[in-house]
Amino acid sequence: MRQSVLPVLTVVAGIFVIWYLASIWLNAAWAYDKATRSGEELGVVALVADTWSQEKPKLPAPHQVGVEIWDTTIEKKITSKRSLIYHSWITLSATLLGFALGTGLGIALAVGIVYNRTMDMSVMPWVIASQTIPILAIAPMIIVVLNAVGISGLLPKAMISMYLSFFPVVVGMVKGLRSPDAMQLDQMRTWNASPSQTFWRLRLPSSMPYLFTSLKIGMAASLVGAIVGELPTGAVAGLGARLLAGSYYGQTIQIWSALIMAAALAAALVAIIGLLQRVTLRRMGMA
Amino acid sequence: MIWLIFAFGVWGLGWWVNTRLAAAPRTRVTGLVVPLIFGITLIAIWEGVVRGLEISPVLLPAPSMIAARFVASTDILWEDFVQTVIKGALSGYVLGCGSAFLVAILVDRYDFLRQGLLPVGNFVAALPVIGMAPILVMWFGFDWQSKAAVVVVMVFFPMLVNTVQGLADSSAMQRDLMRTYAAGYWATLLKLRLPAAMPFIFNGLKIASTLALIGAIVAEFFGSPIRGMGFRISTSVGQLALDLVWAEIVVAAVVGSAFYGIVALVERAVTFWHPSQRHS
Repeated sequence: MRQSVLPVLTVVAGIFVIWYLASIWLNAAWAYDKATRSGEELGVVALVADTWSQEKPKLPAPHQVGVEIWDTTIEKKITSKRSLIYHSWITLSATLLGFALGTGLGIALAVGIVYNRTMDMSVMPWVIASQTIPILAIAPMIIVVLNAVGISGLLPKAMISMYLSFFPVVVGMVKGLRSPDAMQLDQMRTWNASPSQTFWRLRLPSSMPYLFTSLKIGMAASLVGAIVGELPTGAVAGLGARLLAGSYYGQTIQIWSALIMAAALAAALVAIIGLLQRVTLRRMGMA
Repeated sequence: MIWLIFAFGVWGLGWWVNTRLAAAPRTRVTGLVVPLIFGITLIAIWEGVVRGLEISPVLLPAPSMIAARFVASTDILWEDFVQTVIKGALSGYVLGCGSAFLVAILVDRYDFLRQGLLPVGNFVAALPVIGMAPILVMWFGFDWQSKAAVVVVMVFFPMLVNTVQGLADSSAMQRDLMRTYAAGYWATLLKLRLPAAMPFIFNGLKIASTLALIGAIVAEFFGSPIRGMGFRISTSVGQLALDLVWAEIVVAAVVGSAFYGIVALVERAVTFWHPSQRHS
């Protein structure tokens, strides 16, 4: 782990350098335009300084995004509608609700599939087929329809998150619940274990590594679901709404700060699951 | 009321038939028929419930209505299909996967780069990359170029990570064997490491196939010319023409499954030697 710190840092530094150079390149046209209109001659230093500090740049420089994030998280009150923390919380709550529902549904389906042959044969192909449908594309319709029925707020977004996050859980859990080999199952039989004992003492514990891997994928997917679910609600609140509002008004810095915030949120959520995984597996003696 | 009874009847019948079939020894036929019956049962229940409870078509149109609308507006659907799938998703898919593949081969030559790029790539692959869509639409305009760009960004990192992992999959023993044959870098790459990487590469291609369609459609929500599947879905929702929306969803589902299926078929042909492809 330690020997990869230096390469990772190098790559990250490289990304920042490319980012700064790209923002000069992309914003230069506007800077030249402004200079010719005011009849000034642009030197290299002035050009760079201008491209890194425009109001509505094509590509904001990293420090501009950093300042915007600082302004909208630390400086603003949390309850303010301009606070990024407020918007993140809206998205996060939908994500977590959808993730919990999706995980529950996924585990229930997986248990059904493992224990019921009819379900295995009829449901499993459709579970796989359901993921080739670009669900995100019909997110707007789900939101509008659920709104018309009278369900609004958190739940429609959570439904989309649920749909996206249940699939990895089903696939991972089916694999995990089937991972005990014939020898171990025979051992349970020689102990005269009942089916429920086999499930709780053997199948469930041995599925844990698979479960946590799928949970990580499911968590990332459900955040994407929540963000896209916020687009059609007319840009009211949430990180997705910030993205949409930013693209309506050309506020690129706002878009980027919402994007970085979403990335940080995803990274934090996945890291939390990773931590839980490590602690759980260590206590179970599997890692 | 009759329709509700019909729905329950179909449910019972489908379940009974499937239980009987599942109890029989598994063959290729039952493996296909059982999920098919399940799907038909679902559609029949949908039709029955919508008619029986008289649900407004503004909320949930019946399958028969969707089918009628589908047949009536094939020209619109075809136009949207060309705009979104052929121009947007497919060109982005080819560009994104191709460039990721080349970058992976480049990265693989330098150990330092690989150690640095793999964690970063894994991290980026877990991010909500779809959020880049508004920015890319702003950069590349409203037409299909911006959709292709979104698709490129979405598929690049999953593909990169999978290919790099695949290239590292050959064992030291196999590489030593190539060295005893006096094989150079390129011979080793072409004869040993690329074939060994194929299962990983196809895994990346499969993930990318579903991502490509999603990316192209969602990018259209942020601005598009007056055609395209995403455009049609978002405007038809506004006009409460849900039957047209569902027709688009049918197209998207069929295209998505076909896309995935084609990649899976090519995989079976290319990686016939891999244990996961061997069927008794």
